[in-house]
Amino acid sequence: MATVEVTFTPLPAHVRTARLVATAVARRSGVDEALLDEVRLAVGEACSRAVEAHRRHCPAEPVRIEMTDQGERFVVVVSDHAPTGTPAGDAAPPGANGHTVGPGAGSAPDAAAVVHGADDAAIAAGFGLAVISGLADDVRVSSTSSGVSVRMSWPSAAPTA
Amino acid sequence: MALEDFVDLKLGHYNKDGIEVVDVEGEIDVYTAPRLRELLIDLVNKNNYQLVVNMEKVEFLDSTGLGVLVGGLKRVRAHDGSLDLVCTQERILKIFRITGLTKVFGIHETVDAAIAAKKLEK
Repeated sequence: MATVEVTFTPLPAHVRTARLVATAVARRSGVDEALLDEVRLAVGEACSRAVEAHRRHCPAEPVRIEMTDQGERFVVVVSDHAPTGTPAGDAAPPGANGHTVGPGAGSAPDAAAVVHGADDAAIAAGFGLAVISGLADDVRVSSTSSGVSVRMSWPSAAPTA
Repeated sequence: MALEDFVDLKLGHYNKDGIEVVDVEGEIDVYTAPRLRELLIDLVNKNNYQLVVNMEKVEFLDSTGLGVLVGGLKRVRAHDGSLDLVCTQERILKIFRITGLTKVFGIHETVDAAIAAKKLEK
């Protein structure tokens, strides 16, 4: 069972609330203060992605976040119920199809190429998962017929010497 | 006084030496970024093509904010202009590094340094 579970109407205004809750639960779970900014940003990115997907495909459905203290890991899962191939789709970095992305493995879209290409929203979608991959210690993005879930985790105990 | 009574995003702008400086304070995210986008579009529509966005008081920036800044850059470049940033906060700079955007934006430590760099470009 998740330590804390939140569902919210897919509106941009609620993404801030989701970030704040995730940061608070991470702190309570023993995540190092130095990592809290990364938790806040990565969870915000995952929620923004899910909100955009729901707004396009199922605005009546809530976005779900599960935060679990698993002892040595703090795990956050952000799940949407939008059909796959939504904003994460085309511009997703390696790892966005169910593969584990290791630390620092996030590959951003070619920034210079992006500047000459898509509109603001598409640019943001392209960078969203790249930012998550660059920040979370461990990321797994799973696409199923019922939606996309982004699972992220960080160490929640003090590192052993 | 409600719980929601927080600074989400404050925007201001002024002209200095022919360069439009945009002061941004607070959080740039999926909720607030459209306001920054509107301001940048408005400035470009009023023929301001040399922009400096001062991010020293930005507390949070996500990919939506990056998208707006890149969108602004595209708009000024279409008029042979440029959009530079002022930022010394490590947690904000890290996002630009992760996404490779440090190669796209000129990033300076102070507004004066950004303006001086733009004058050299001219």
